[in-house]
Order: sequence, then C-alpha cells, then structure tokens
Amino acid sequence: MSYRVLLSGQHFVFDSVKEVLAKANEEKSGDILAGVAARSDMERIAAKEALSNMLLRDLRENPVVPYEQDDVTRINQDSLNEVIYDRIKSWTVAELREWILSNETTEGQLRDISRGLTAEMVAGTAKLMSNLDLIYAASRMQVPARCNTTIGLRGTLATRLQPNHTTDSVEGITASLFEGLSYGCGDALIGLNPVNDTVSSLSEVLKRFDEIKNRFEIPTQICVLGHITTQIEAVKNGAPTDLIFQSIAGSEKGNQAFGFTTDTILEAQELLRRRGTGAGPNVLYFETGQGSELSSDAHYGADQVTMEARCYAYARQFRPFMVNTVVGFIGPEYLYDSRQVIRAGLEDHFMGKLSGVPMGCDCCYTNHMLADQNDIENLSLLLGAAGINYILGVPTSDDIMLNYQSNAYHDVGTIRNILGKRPIAEFEQWLERMGIMENGRLTKRAGDPTIFTKGR
Amino acid sequence: MEAQTIERIVQEVLAELAASPSAVLPKGKTDMPVPPPLQPPHVGQSVLQADARGVCQEAGTDITSPEAKAVPLLETPQDREALERMMRSTPARIGVGRAGPRLKTQTLLTLRADHAAARDAVMMDVPEQLLEQLGLFSVQTCCTSKDQFLTRPDLGRQFPPETLEEIKRRCKKSPDVQIYASDGLSSTAIQANLANILPVLTQGLEAKGLTIGTPFFVRFGRVAAMDHISQALDAKVTCVLLGERPGLGTAESMSAYLAYRATVGMPEARRTVVSNIHRNGISAVEAGAYLCDVIEMMLKAKASGVDLRKG
Repeated sequence: MSYRVLLSGQHFVFDSVKEVLAKANEEKSGDILAGVAARSDMERIAAKEALSNMLLRDLRENPVVPYEQDDVTRINQDSLNEVIYDRIKSWTVAELREWILSNETTEGQLRDISRGLTAEMVAGTAKLMSNLDLIYAASRMQVPARCNTTIGLRGTLATRLQPNHTTDSVEGITASLFEGLSYGCGDALIGLNPVNDTVSSLSEVLKRFDEIKNRFEIPTQICVLGHITTQIEAVKNGAPTDLIFQSIAGSEKGNQAFGFTTDTILEAQELLRRRGTGAGPNVLYFETGQGSELSSDAHYGADQVTMEARCYAYARQFRPFMVNTVVGFIGPEYLYDSRQVIRAGLEDHFMGKLSGVPMGCDCCYTNHMLADQNDIENLSLLLGAAGINYILGVPTSDDIMLNYQSNAYHDVGTIRNILGKRPIAEFEQWLERMGIMENGRLTKRAGDPTIFTKGR
Repeated sequence: MEAQTIERIVQEVLAELAASPSAVLPKGKTDMPVPPPLQPPHVGQSVLQADARGVCQEAGTDITSPEAKAVPLLETPQDREALERMMRSTPARIGVGRAGPRLKTQTLLTLRADHAAARDAVMMDVPEQLLEQLGLFSVQTCCTSKDQFLTRPDLGRQFPPETLEEIKRRCKKSPDVQIYASDGLSSTAIQANLANILPVLTQGLEAKGLTIGTPFFVRFGRVAAMDHISQALDAKVTCVLLGERPGLGTAESMSAYLAYRATVGMPEARRTVVSNIHRNGISAVEAGAYLCDVIEMMLKAKASGVDLRKG
C-alpha cells in the first residue's frame, strides 16, 4: 500500500508503513547512515502527515520485522490484549497522540492502553510529538517496579551508582561506591560495568557489594553488568545478586549479536526466583539505545526510533525492575550532536513508559560527539521533569573505564532539589539514619566517603 | 571600565557585605559554614596573583596535572588518611567535595579542560610538519571532511581507486610487514607517540631480518582501511598505528591493529590489537619492542587474532 501526501503544493508518495515511519523521524545521523531518513525537511513533515492519518490497525499489521522471522515481533503481537486493541484499532495515530495528551484521559487509562499497543504504534506516536509533548505525556504516567525497594513512584528520582574501575580493583570500586553513597546516590542500583567478564571477577565484586549492602543495611539493589551468561554462571556458583542485566535489541537478530536468546532471559529470571538475593518480583535489568540494531546490521531497513520501541515491547514481557537507554554512548554516526541526543533521550523515555516499562536514562555522551556536559545536564533536568525513574551517578561525570561522561554524583541531588523530588523512600530513610540527608537536602556530612570507612 | 573604578566598586560591595551579611546570605539552615565575607572559600591549590592594577594574572598550578588531581578538594573529611588512601586506589575523581550540591570550581574547570583536550584530539589534524619530519607521505580515505569521517564510518574504511593506485605506486610491494599510521579518533595520540614508536619498530624488525614496506599516513582512517592496504601492497602482516577515541583521562591513547594477510570483509576476530599505548599506559618505546615480537609470531604462525591465540 502506498501513502500520498500533498503538502505546501508538493506531492509526496511513500511506498510502505516502514518508509513512512522512518521518514517521519526527527533528523538522526543513524537514519541517514542507514539510508532511510527523509531527504528534505518537507519530506519529513509529509511523512509525519501520512503517519498522523494512518490507522493503528495499519501499524499492527505491518510490523517492521516480519512475524515469521523474528521473536521480538511474535512476542509483541502474541501478548497484545485483543479487547483493548479492538477498541483502538480504528484510531489514527493523531487521535492516539491527542488522547494521550487529553486532560480527560486518566493515569489508569494510560496504563491500560499500553497492553493494546505494538512497538510500531508507540514509535509512531513519539514521531508526532514535540519535545515538550514527550515530556508532558511521560510525566502523566508512572511505571513503578519492586525488587528490594520500589522504584518509579511519583515524586521520586533515583540513581544507579556506577563505580567503574579501569582494572576492576575491588578497593578502587569500593572507594567510588562510598563517595557516591555519601552524595545520596545508589537507590535504584549499585551496578558495576566490569572490565573482566569472568565468573570469578563478577563474583568478587558482587560479594563486596553484598557485604557493604548488609553491613550498612542499605535498602537497594546490586548487580554486576557482565554478559548474561556469565552472570548466570556466577549465581549458580553462589554469587549474591539482586538483578541480572543484559543489553537488548529490537530484533531477534540483534539479540543474537548480543549473544543471547529469549530462553537465556527466562533462565536468568527463573534462577533469580530461586537463588537471587532480591525479593522481587521484578529482578531483571535491561539496557537499550537507539542505533544498536543498525550497528549489528539487524535493523531490517527500519529507523532507529522504531527499533528502539521494539526493545521496550520485548522488555515488558519479562517485567524488569529497570530499563535504561544509554542514549549517547553509541557515537556520532547514530546521534550526531546534543540536539539529537536530547531528542532521543526524551523519545526513549516516553516510549518506554507508554510501553509499560520502568524507565531510566544514562544521560551521556562520548568525546567524538558534538556535545558536552552542559547538554547532558539539560537532558537530565528535562527527564527529571518528565518523571523518569532514575538517572546515573558517576564520580564527577567521568567514567574512567568506559571512557565517556554521564551524570555526576552531584547532579541527582541538585535535580531533586530543583524539582522537589526525593530518593526512593526506604533509601531516604537510610540516608537520614546515616546523617547524609535531612528534609530532602544533603547535610554537612554529605560528600565525605570516609564516613563509611570507620572500623575498616 | 577603568581598573580603579572596578576596584572602587569591589571595595564598596565588600564593605556593604561586611556590614550586613544577612542581606545576601541564605536565611535559615545551610549545609555549609558561612564564609567570612572578605575571605573567599579555599580554591584548590592554584595560586593566582594579580599585579597592582589587577590586569595580569601569573600562571598558577596546572589544574589538569596529576599532582593537582591527587590533592583532595574535600576540606574536612572525617578521616583524611582514609580519603587519601581511597584516592590512590582509583583514577576516578573522588574526594572532590562540593559547593552546595554542585561541583567546586576547580573540579568543574578541570573537567572542562580535559574535555577540551579530548575534543581537540578528535577534531584537529595531525600537523604536516610531523609527517614531513618522519618522511611520511599522506593519503586520504573516501571521507572528505572531519564531519563526514565522524558520521560515515563506512567511508573511513575505503579509498578512492586513484588513491589506492598512488599507494601502490609509492610503496614497496610484497613486504613482510607494512606499517602505516592513521589519525582515527585522536590526532593527539599520533602526535604524542608516532615519532617514538616508528624507529623502534623499524630497527627491531630489520634486526629480525624482515622486509619493511614504505610507511605512510592515512587521514580520516578507520581500522578496516588496513584491509585495502594489505591487499593493494600484498603485505604479509599489516600494522596500523591509530588514534583511539579519547576519554577524559587521556587524549593520547594509540592502538596498533595487526592482521596476517588481511582481506576486505574478513571477520574482525582476525585482528590482533595492542591498545593503551601512551605515556601512562604502555609507553611507545615499550609497545614498539612488543609489537616486533608479535609480528614475528604472526609471520611464523601465518595467523593473527583469535587464530593466533589458538595456535
């Protein structure tokens, strides 16, 4: 089926739903690299116009990766609530957008509708939204999840504390961890990206995290982000972990490139139910990011926003505790500058929430992108306003292991104060007991990692 | 504005502050001790001095130096010794203290300076002078600008046909080892290391009795461009010295990627990489000596990458 648009006196023809979706994207270097982007600004808006008139049924019936070839599509299609879908299948994408923004639509209705939406519908809606639309719509939805504590409740802003080290030195990691805790970071997760993806290295760090969590009675979650198969082995060998992590893609082929299958995730979930230290029920942690499918040639000619939405459709099937988009890690060939990164961060957060996934964001950039720390501070404040579940905390923003920059430990406290947000409740009570926080503000003791070193 | 005028205004404001501190300081509880108005809070270790008219500042300590970074900015830790021990245990920037909830000025400016070094490494070109001094001729991949190089990695892996012809014309054919340098994502890395590593490599390989191809420089190059060069020159081992994506820790990190009989489209697993070549990692001289041994091993095993480790 082709889609014809007359706009500003020009005629445009699009040959497929996939083409309309791709060309309706805001400009992204990754879509240009893939050869799927609009060729002019006017063509981009024409595609948005075509998309706005498209029925949700058209989007469901035209997934960007064929059902027969891909388990992400199958999981998304087969798990849809048909009653909800039947109610909305004749809506246009424009109608869905306006229903989401309507004052009459309740939070409960927003939560329910996600069960009738495929990734292509979620992505299509995002493409018709301005940045402020994305922020406003996302701020109306909350997606909580529970492991040892409850993340994502309204009025909270949590952090994943990321104490990475160039050689996985446990003492060095501990030093960064203590520094972060002293700034009120770590309520979503204490999570390390290891250099050495081995069972022994993962286990050693997990044991230290577990020991610190127990000694100081910290209400939080721990995880070491090795490959999913390495984490499974570590847990089988007795390593303590609350969550198991994996990077995911929006197609089965992309997930294969990441070295796992749906069965691997189910195995991890089942293992944690029996052997995990987390109370649950949500025990998985996924990371995503626009462009990863193209980087492994697993994008099937689709644009990076639609492929990203498919990650969330896949993730929600496993009821994770946290999902975050590592939005600016991939580099300028996918997201060229701060404008594209900020847009992608807002899109991903909105799409994740509309899909029913508890979203965070690693607001970050690499040094070969046209962005700097100011841009990432902007993005994190915007996402704070949009009601994001968590952002990251890294010592002064400089990740010495991954060689990129994210939010500094200092940022979350600042954003909480500006927006009137609090840490996760149990964690805030702990911060008060430790004398780090009082009435939602850092105390004089805050920022001193040596408050944790007594008796060591 | 005249310096005297500025001076007069400053004195007036300070006098006003001293007279009524409550007029400008936050009311109620604060989490920081209130500084006396005439003494600005301690600003790291740098000592800045102005001359009598306030128009010139002497250079103080370089805030990006390892010495400056090793000093904790957190003023009153419970356990100073423990803090220093923690700081020695990681290159992460901890013990930095804060200004309210934010970074201290010195921390902020150090980060910006390190980022500026990283950006300059990515965006600037390797100076012609260095290439002339090392006797390297220069060619370019299919990229025509830095922007295109950053957004089109595919073009940074290919050469226009006439460039490949030029390379063939100017270089020795069928060498045991073909070495070339490429800017990659850090021209600073090439500037910092190339002049030190090239002589070690050349002398070391000659001492092993190997034939070495004509070295040259590739602008806007990605790793896999080496496959075209290997094929064009019929080299047994090809080794590219390439600038790595800079972090804030260093912008000078270079890697060597090597392959035995590299061919276009071969699996990435066939490459051997020696990374982290810079003065605080593996020094260029050390890396050069090590690479000579690796190359000899490859020639003997007729393999590289994963295949080499298997053998």
